[in-house]
Amino acid sequence: MIKFIINDRELEVENGKTILEAAFASGIKIPTLCYNKELSPYGACRLCLVEIAGGGRIGLHAACLYKVTEGLIVKTDTERVKKARKIVIELLLAGNPDSEKIKLIAEEYGVNKTRINLGTRTDCILCGLCVRVCAEVVGMSAISFAGRGTRKKVQTPFDKISDTCIGCGACAYICPTKAIKIEQV
Amino acid sequence: MKLTIEDLDKISDKLKKTMLLREGDGIGSGIFHLMLCAGTGCISNKSSRVKEALDREIKKHGLEEKIHVVITGCNGFCAVGPVMTVLPDGIFYENLTEADIPFLVEEHFINKRPVKKFMHRQNSLGDGIPYLKDINFFANQTLIVLRNRGLIDPEKIDEYIARDGYKAFAKALTKMKSEEIINEIKKSSLRGRGGAGFPTGLKWESCRNSPGDVKYIICNADEGDPGAYMDRSIIELDPHAVLEGMLIGAIAIGAKEGYVYIRTEYPLARERLSTAIEQAREYGLIGENIFNTGFSFDISIKQGAGAFVCGEETSLIASIEGRYPEPRMRPPFPVQKGVWGMPTCINNVETWATVPKIINYGAEWFYKIGSEKSKGTKIFSLVGKITNTGLIEVPMGITLKEIIYDIGGGIPDNKKFKAVQTGGPSGGCIPSELINLPVDYERLAEAGAIMGSGGMIVMDEDTCMVDVAKYFIEFTADESCGKCTSCRDGASALLGILEKITRGEGEESDLEFMEELSHAIKDASMCGLGQTLPNPVLSTLHYFKDEYKEHINKKCPAKVCKALIKYHILESKCTGCTLCAIKCPVKAISGDKKQLHKIDQNTCIKCGMCKEVCKFKAVSVD
Ligand SMILES: Cc1cc2nc3c(=O)[nH]c(=O)nc-3n(C[C@H](O)[C@H](O)[C@H](O)COP(=O)(O)O)c2cc1C
Ligand code: SF4
Repeated sequence: MIKFIINDRELEVENGKTILEAAFASGIKIPTLCYNKELSPYGACRLCLVEIAGGGRIGLHAACLYKVTEGLIVKTDTERVKKARKIVIELLLAGNPDSEKIKLIAEEYGVNKTRINLGTRTDCILCGLCVRVCAEVVGMSAISFAGRGTRKKVQTPFDKISDTCIGCGACAYICPTKAIKIEQV
Repeated sequence: MKLTIEDLDKISDKLKKTMLLREGDGIGSGIFHLMLCAGTGCISNKSSRVKEALDREIKKHGLEEKIHVVITGCNGFCAVGPVMTVLPDGIFYENLTEADIPFLVEEHFINKRPVKKFMHRQNSLGDGIPYLKDINFFANQTLIVLRNRGLIDPEKIDEYIARDGYKAFAKALTKMKSEEIINEIKKSSLRGRGGAGFPTGLKWESCRNSPGDVKYIICNADEGDPGAYMDRSIIELDPHAVLEGMLIGAIAIGAKEGYVYIRTEYPLARERLSTAIEQAREYGLIGENIFNTGFSFDISIKQGAGAFVCGEETSLIASIEGRYPEPRMRPPFPVQKGVWGMPTCINNVETWATVPKIINYGAEWFYKIGSEKSKGTKIFSLVGKITNTGLIEVPMGITLKEIIYDIGGGIPDNKKFKAVQTGGPSGGCIPSELINLPVDYERLAEAGAIMGSGGMIVMDEDTCMVDVAKYFIEFTADESCGKCTSCRDGASALLGILEKITRGEGEESDLEFMEELSHAIKDASMCGLGQTLPNPVLSTLHYFKDEYKEHINKKCPAKVCKALIKYHILESKCTGCTLCAIKCPVKAISGDKKQLHKIDQNTCIKCGMCKEVCKFKAVSVD
């Protein structure tokens, strides 16, 4: 077991747990979008940022990836966390103003509008849940990331109808922004 | 043939005369070595043609026994290539073409009259300067990492050995314990040259102390910064120095295998490196049971995918393992969990190439060079609005002024110096007021820039700082791996605002918001790319806020932002020569011969061609 401090509370967790797992287990709320407890954490959405104030790599880190170590001091709601999280929410809202899930998070964290204009928008927020569910649960790896920067997207190899895809719909089900539609072919 | 340690000395002895001659001993002996640059820059200026012409002429005059043409790596003075130094005298020739060679060979070697017209001039009125050592560009440099520059043929391992090559490795292998090697590097205070300046000795120590029998070392030769080519040149001119550094690191860390991760766009460097690896392997300097000590180490080359983010260490590791090159969170750091999950020590090319010198000449010697906390030298690629473009090695702590004026020869065309950008896309712009700033890790960081890997872009009064910030954000927005919302969309958001400002549609509130956004991007992003990408914006906002405000008032003071400028033809100066009308790519200029010409503002694309071609300075911008 490992002892660490989160929001001034001392907690004990099993070795190998992440900050997010430890926080959830003890009822501390941290927002997430690209996290699912059945899948490996990815750290893309940046909503679960927490501040490491001591005992580790000082600064803001994604709680879903950071493993708890002995004596770690974590704070989940500092001014610094709030400021960064606010901009992350504004960015998500700017890219995806109609997503119910994002609107809900925005509301919960008091962000009622975005000051950002991204010019373009897509439903996909590149959280990678679909890629991970396909690889880790379905075991098919029919889809993956391609490209980088704003041109990054999730696709089947060469964007063609995939033979590997078994049409199970797990990706569409897990997608937090309903960006994946199922079609008959 | 596998060498013994004694063989290293034998090779040195055999080449002793050659090396002494190249170092300047033997003037008047009638033997000459023509050190012709074959770095990427000079090759693209046709130095191989110059080589053929030299061989031809030397043969014609029957001088093959006396004059030897030696191909070297990058000489650094890339602005005036192809370049050649005649040794032992040290006479330097520049801008050579194939056609110049018959005359040059006859004059210099038959008539014994060095040719002034191929010599360097400090300015257009100045006289040709015969000797390399008297040219300001060279005279003010300190060569440690580049100590073999222009002195050896990088494709000949014997020449490297003759310049103390592999001696440090032999010493480390036979006379030092790994702890001693690490301590020596720690004592030297060497810091990583790849960007962040992390203490190299500490990194080695933590890798050594990481549990695990299998460990790797990696040389990071991805070099993705636009305009930077330090690492490419080091490999091109002295590949064995990098290998020797890695060998020493391998002993210290306890690694048996190493990789050089090099970008695909560097074919010449890659070729030289693989030649060097083959030669070293043949001599038994790499491979199994080196020098019969039981120590084994092998090095292989991995080709990069040419993305900027592949230079980030965790992404580089993913790329080596054949995975999608995306950074991951640290901790665990590569020294804990690197390639194939094993402890891995990653250092930059320049860092590795510095190591043999520290082992050879001692940590104390190294420690004396440089400033208080930044020791040794640093290589910079000096580019932009600077007279002497090129690659330079200088001691840490040298001032910007010395670099820009003494070595760089100042700003061309009598323009005013405005700023210098250091550290590439993660760096910042330092304004002319800070020209006396000493260049080291601490002082650059205090000024809001970074050392980075050594890119230095000089800017003159015609540079628009908002445009500069936009240029770098365009780069990083494109090069972000796209994983973090804050980096991918944050960069796009910044770019959007900068574009709006350069179109003259910005508002005061945009400036404040850009700062807020920048700090959040830095804080929220996972890897160094996102964590530093706002730096060009923050530093220009800090030093050049007035220029941003002018843009908000719809003016671009440097007259760069196309939406905010107009080209006009001045009635008082136009002679009606028609040249501008002929050259305008969109036919926006009308006017009869010998009559005042006019620019149709609706058609004009503001390319500036008319201004450039007008001989009467009749085109003005406002
Ligand atoms: C986006 C990004 C790009 C990088 N590119 C390079 C590179 O091209 N070459 C390099 O040596 N280090 C690069 N680095 C730094 C490496 O991650 C790593 O810190 C470095 O290679 C360590 O070597 P050093 O300690 O010798 O500096 C980059 C870092 C980031 C965040
Ligand atoms: S900060 Fe940018 S480049 Fe780095 S992992 Fe995140 S998205 Fe990728």
